[in-house]
Formats: sequence, structure tokens, C-alpha cells
Amino acid sequence: MEALKEFVNILSGPQYSFTLTLIMFYLLMKYYRIIGTKKFAWGFVILMTPVYLWFMSDDVFRTIIATPDNIPISILLFSVFFFTWLTVHKAAINDERIEAGECPIEGLPENREKVWSWPNLVYNELFVIIAGTIFLIVWAIIFKAPLEEPANPTWAPNPAKAPWYFLGLQEMLVYFDPWMAGVVLPVFIIIGLVAIPYIDTNPKGNGYYTFSERKMAISCFMFGWLVLWIFLIIIGTFLRGPNWTFYGPFEYWDFHKVVAEANINLSEIIWIKMLGTTMPSNLIVREIFGIFVILAYFGISGAMITKKWGQDILEKTGKIRYYFFLFLVLFMATLPIKMYLRWLFTLKYIVALPEWELNL
Amino acid sequence: MSESKKSLNRREFFSFLAVGWITFTAATAGLLGLVFRFLYPNVNFEPEMEFIAGIPGDYDNGVDERWKNGFGVWIIKREGKLVALSNICTHLGCIPNWLPGELKFKCPCHGSGFYPSGINFEGPAPRPLERFKITTLPDGRLKIDKTKKYRYEKGQWNNPDSYIEV
Repeated sequence: MEALKEFVNILSGPQYSFTLTLIMFYLLMKYYRIIGTKKFAWGFVILMTPVYLWFMSDDVFRTIIATPDNIPISILLFSVFFFTWLTVHKAAINDERIEAGECPIEGLPENREKVWSWPNLVYNELFVIIAGTIFLIVWAIIFKAPLEEPANPTWAPNPAKAPWYFLGLQEMLVYFDPWMAGVVLPVFIIIGLVAIPYIDTNPKGNGYYTFSERKMAISCFMFGWLVLWIFLIIIGTFLRGPNWTFYGPFEYWDFHKVVAEANINLSEIIWIKMLGTTMPSNLIVREIFGIFVILAYFGISGAMITKKWGQDILEKTGKIRYYFFLFLVLFMATLPIKMYLRWLFTLKYIVALPEWELNL
Repeated sequence: MSESKKSLNRREFFSFLAVGWITFTAATAGLLGLVFRFLYPNVNFEPEMEFIAGIPGDYDNGVDERWKNGFGVWIIKREGKLVALSNICTHLGCIPNWLPGELKFKCPCHGSGFYPSGINFEGPAPRPLERFKITTLPDGRLKIDKTKKYRYEKGQWNNPDSYIEV
């Protein structure tokens, strides 16, 4: 049993668990018709319940899960699982109907019937308001707010954690310069979400669940949502301990755990390790390889994606929409790329210009 | 009613207008002044920007934490130099901890690590911790001025104000 726990600890390391999440995400997108069946859902619940109980029987894991701050993430986890399955389930049913030449469930005559928003909708809303208020009051009574001592500008708690909904961002910051992960990437996330209705003018999927008709759009969004946001929140909440060191789910938060993780910049790897010279004093010359890599990433990979997959969309949506979309997707992909570069090559920054506060 | 209206002639109308306008301006200015005053705290708990840090003989080799909680400064004595190091992480401004066992500063927010010299070596911090201006007063005491910062990557650590030979 101890060996199994040790194995789970190792497997939850960010490099392995992120890879596993990527594989699971691929399987979800590929076999959504199997995953979307009720049989699969019940099988999953029956299979996972003993695993969950086994996890909960561990003292360390239970301590982390039962921390008042972490309860919202447990709720989030279960609701994300459930609602993801629900959409997949409805999409799978509709896709089969569409393939058979029928209309989606939402398009059936009995489902197209219209009702008045008053009282049908307003009653439901009133009920949700009351139930939500009661839930929050009971929650606030049962789990006390974890108040700490007054803020001190020369001292920080260890680990210092953001509110749970920002822990994905905090985890991103481990791999990026604060300007990138704190300002540029969040701004692009917001711009991207705002721009969805302007980029995506495809009328398919309006008012009914489907996946086969909207494969690319749904996959892109779900990748950013499940893999790059939810997964990073889970890592940041449950598996980051003192000094922001990684701890497995069964690992005691030992303040003295030492992890050797010396990170180096691309310029140092190339000039010192590969060319065996000193760093050039001219900043641009020093970082020229990194700048070239960044330009090549956006230029060459953008051109390759356009050539291989993009022609169809380019024709349908027009140049501005397509290239804006491509830019957003490439920007989103920088996060996993940067994470893997850190794990595989202990790479810190591709372009490191701390003199100009510019690090990519 | 109509009589009282007629009794207000043009000259009086303008003096009323002037009084009203001045009152309105004064009230608005006073209100804005209150709002502006409200933006500043009544009590400032932030540490002083300049302080006297004893004499050089007070410090042993290594990292000294006595001014960390009060002033946000580590005094580091190594290789014949006495240095006042800032305790603000250069990544996102958290407060790193000194880990005596591992001989490094480690930030609790994103895991940046620094050598006792202040040089960054792990985690996302893009540059070394900053040094503060440290000078010896005529009576031999040390004065640390946090308004002056010296950054390694700009070559400012060679500045004679950024360290004291001991």
C-alpha cells in the first residue's frame, strides 16, 4: 500500500500529471460517444468511489482536502466532472440523431414549445436565489473564515496562496515572467473570450448540444478550460506546499524538503554550454537566439498550421478573423510549451532581458 | 409672489448668482478635498526608508535577519563585504524566507530561489535581489538608505555605495 502511495505521489508530479491530463483530454475528445453514455458514467462512479475512499483514508490527503480554503475546489472538481459529462452525454445523443438524419433533441416539436418567462423562469430564479443564500449562510456558519494576523509588508505566509480561483494564474507564474503571466496572458484570455462571438460566426450548435459539428471550436475552448485552467487550479491548491514546492497527495508538507531545480536561460545554454564562450555584453546579440526562436514560433508554426489545417477556416472566416484566432491559439499553446521546456531542460527564459524587464 | 419677483433687479440677481456660485464652488472643492484626503492612510505602518543598523562588528559571516521584519533588509557579510539586501522577490514582489539549512532564500509564492549573495538560481525570478545603499557614518555606525537601489544585472553592484569593505 505504501509503495502504491509513493507511486501516486510520483505520478502526480506536474510533468507526469500534466501529460496524463493531456492524454485524458485527447481520449475525452476522441471517445466522447462512449464516455457520454450513462453506463460509462455509472461505471466510472462505481470504480472511483473506492479510490476516493482510499485517498480519504490517508491523513495527509484528508488534512489538505478538509482545509476550509480548499472545500470550494472539491465542489468545483465534482461539478466540473459532472457538467462536462452532461454536455458530452447530450452532445453524443444529438450527434447520433444528426447522423441518422433526425433533428437534435432540442429541435423536437415538444421542446420547441414556448412558455412565458413570468412566472416560469422568474419562479426558478427566485428559488435559486433563496437556495443559494441558505447554502452560503450555512457554509459560512460551519466553516469559519481562516483569519490570520494583520498584514505585514515584510513578512509573507508560507506557502503564500492566491484565492482559489486565481491559483491557475499563480501556477502559470511559476513558468513565466510576471509581466507575461500576470498581465499579458490574462489580458489575452479576456480578449479571447470577449472575441469568441466575433471570431466564431458559425451558426451550427446554436441552441442544441453537438460536438461533431463543432469539433475544432469546442476542443480549443475545452483545452484552455479543462487542461490549462482547472488542472492548474487543482495543482496549485492541493499539490503546492511550503516554498511553492511540489508535494504529492500523500506527502507530508515538510518545510525542509529540498528540490534541486537550478534553472538557466536559453542564452546561457547556448553561449556558455554549447559554444563554450562568455556571454556577449551586447544585450541583443546575447539574446539573439531566443528572439529568433520566438519569431520562428509565431511565424513558421503559424504558417505550417495554416498550410496544413487552416485553409478551410481561412476561406470561411476571412483573413482578420483567422489570423487573430491563430494568434490566440499559438499564444495559448505557449503555456504548455513553456511548462515542458522547464521540466525537460530546466529552461527559465527563452529571451531573458531583465535589464529591460522583458523576459519571454 | 409677482411683487417679490419684481423686486429682484438685475444688479441683485448678479450678486445672488455670485454668492451662489462661490458657495457651490467652495462646497465642491471641499468635497473633493475630503475625497483626496481619504485616499491617504491615517497611519502609515510602512517601515522607515532610512535607518541606523549598528556597527559592522555586530555581524557575523553569513545572513543576518535582525532587520528583516522591521525594515525588510537582510545584512549579509561574506567575502569581506557587508551588504544590505532587499527582501523583495524580483519575480512578483513576495517576501522570500531565509533557509539556513539549505543556504538559500526561497520565495513562498512561486518558488524562486536565491543564493546568499542574492543571485537568482531557481524558479521564475528573472534577476538577483536588489542591494540598498549602505554607508558608514563618521561615528562608525552603519546607515542604510532604502531609497537607493543597486541592481546586479545593470552592473550597479560595483558601485562603492552598494557595499562596505570589512
